[in-house]
Amino acid sequence: MKDTHVYSHYKEAVIGAAIDLAKEHPEVVFLDADLSSCIGSTAFQKEFPERFFNCGIAEANMAGVAAGLSSMGFVPFIHSFGCFASRRDYDQLFISVGYAHQRVLVIGSDPGITAQYNGGTHMPFEDIALMRQIPGFVIVEPSDMQSLYELTRQAYDSGKSAYIRTPRKGSNFRYTTEDKIELGKGIELRDGNDVGIIATGIVMVNAAMEAAEILKEKGINATVIDLHTIRPLDTELIEKTAAKCGKLLVCENGRYAGGVGEMIAGYLATVNPVKMSFLNVGERFGEVGNLKYLSEAFGFTADNIVKKVEDLIR
Amino acid sequence: MDKSVLNALKDEAFGIRCSTIREIASFGSGHIGGSMSIVELLTYLYYKEMKVDPQNPKMDDRDRLVVSKGHSGPAVYATLARKGFFPEEWLSTLNQGGTKLPSHCDMTKTPGVDFTGGSLGQGISAAVGIALGQRLKKQDARTFCIIGDGESQEGEVWEAAESAGAWKLDNLFVFLDLNGQQLDGYTKDIIPQLHVPEKWSSFMWDVHEINGQDFEEIEAAINDAKLIKGMPHMIVMNTVKSYGYIPGEGKKANHSMPITKEDAEAAIEALAKREGRV
Repeated sequence: MKDTHVYSHYKEAVIGAAIDLAKEHPEVVFLDADLSSCIGSTAFQKEFPERFFNCGIAEANMAGVAAGLSSMGFVPFIHSFGCFASRRDYDQLFISVGYAHQRVLVIGSDPGITAQYNGGTHMPFEDIALMRQIPGFVIVEPSDMQSLYELTRQAYDSGKSAYIRTPRKGSNFRYTTEDKIELGKGIELRDGNDVGIIATGIVMVNAAMEAAEILKEKGINATVIDLHTIRPLDTELIEKTAAKCGKLLVCENGRYAGGVGEMIAGYLATVNPVKMSFLNVGERFGEVGNLKYLSEAFGFTADNIVKKVEDLIR
Repeated sequence: MDKSVLNALKDEAFGIRCSTIREIASFGSGHIGGSMSIVELLTYLYYKEMKVDPQNPKMDDRDRLVVSKGHSGPAVYATLARKGFFPEEWLSTLNQGGTKLPSHCDMTKTPGVDFTGGSLGQGISAAVGIALGQRLKKQDARTFCIIGDGESQEGEVWEAAESAGAWKLDNLFVFLDLNGQQLDGYTKDIIPQLHVPEKWSSFMWDVHEINGQDFEEIEAAINDAKLIKGMPHMIVMNTVKSYGYIPGEGKKANHSMPITKEDAEAAIEALAKREGRV
């Protein structure tokens, strides 16, 4: 597998995966909605000018066009900011893609607070919940460059439609080419028996790892799971962690309703209910600010995770 | 158009109308209005124009039809059945649980249906994608699409229109069933659709306006459109909602109507009489 140290930003890793897939599979095409210079799909366009379409600021049509291309045997990637890639074209993704059994790989960029300076209008907290309502969609939210690249490729290999939730800017290398990264299989980053912290995405996995260090100093040993695939849910790992720790905290850069925490709670209720706590955006809308400000404003910090864990295991 | 060809098309359209009316009557009600108004177009496309093979409905380089106004399903099914895509007996299963013929066109269920329609505005986007795909595959094939005038109140129609114009999709032929009516009544009383040809022209489309109930005008428009390169084609069809189901013609509430088996036979008899068939 390619070492993603060749890339400098998340956007390069996800577009790099699309380009590498397109080199191997002539049916891969790319559609963007006037955000190609933001995500860097301009690199795809440069490599495959005939297989790239800028649909303009018309996400609903973009999703519908992608569905039509799919019915012709193509496998389209489509990109917009996560808010538009999920909310603005939802009925098209639901009917023309999902219901019509077509296949589209959706890149929703800048999820949750990673939208930062674009503010509340551009800050999707509900995209996971929306995508979960469409039967068959794979949903991934990788926590580093290597897993972003590899899971994008595996989303293609899955043969299903997918929603790929990723920030554009910045970089984070958690995994190497030696690590086993498998769609649908969460990764246990730390092992501990006192509490299980299940986190999705870069912001939350980073905060959870930091929190686990602080908790250790306090004598609390946490298991930390990088749940990079939200659907299909790694029920085996969830059950194992619930059984081992007895208490779970689910951290997501999004909303509880329909989100990752609710999904896990719903699953465990049927097999092994354990006491749970949740870190998410609650009932709030997004707002403008840098990542540090927003992390603190929404409590997406190691300190808050520590507090939540202490409340949970008390 | 040769008179014998014209008469054969008219006979077939009559047959499709009879099948559609009986199909809807078998369920007891259905979308009669928007089914009837496009019968001449469906007849022309399937019997004169489109490269399709009922024995091989998924043939890759076929011409494709997206019925974006998916509630016209009953007329589409009658046409496909008579053309041999599936047994005509299926028509009496319309809208029954487990049917392959749901009220709105569904590509996952019905042989010969090239794309799912019914969530209005979406089919034309898919048609743009299909036409684009045919071009990418360098196929000598065309995409046909039927939209409604009520449907044109959906913003997505215009997003699709501008993309097809920008991409110069001259293998895309969209027909607008301008019947002046929508579910709640007359389009003019709800959200009027005015300056329709001008609108499409301004989106960089090649535009034709015809009587959509006239085979010779349909043929002339398609043949004229084929000569225009570098633009998608819009054929604005002035039609009559429920045309040929006489009890619905001129009625405000003819989008979906209850039709009993007795109603159906009486309506067919009246149509046969009007067309001089008895």
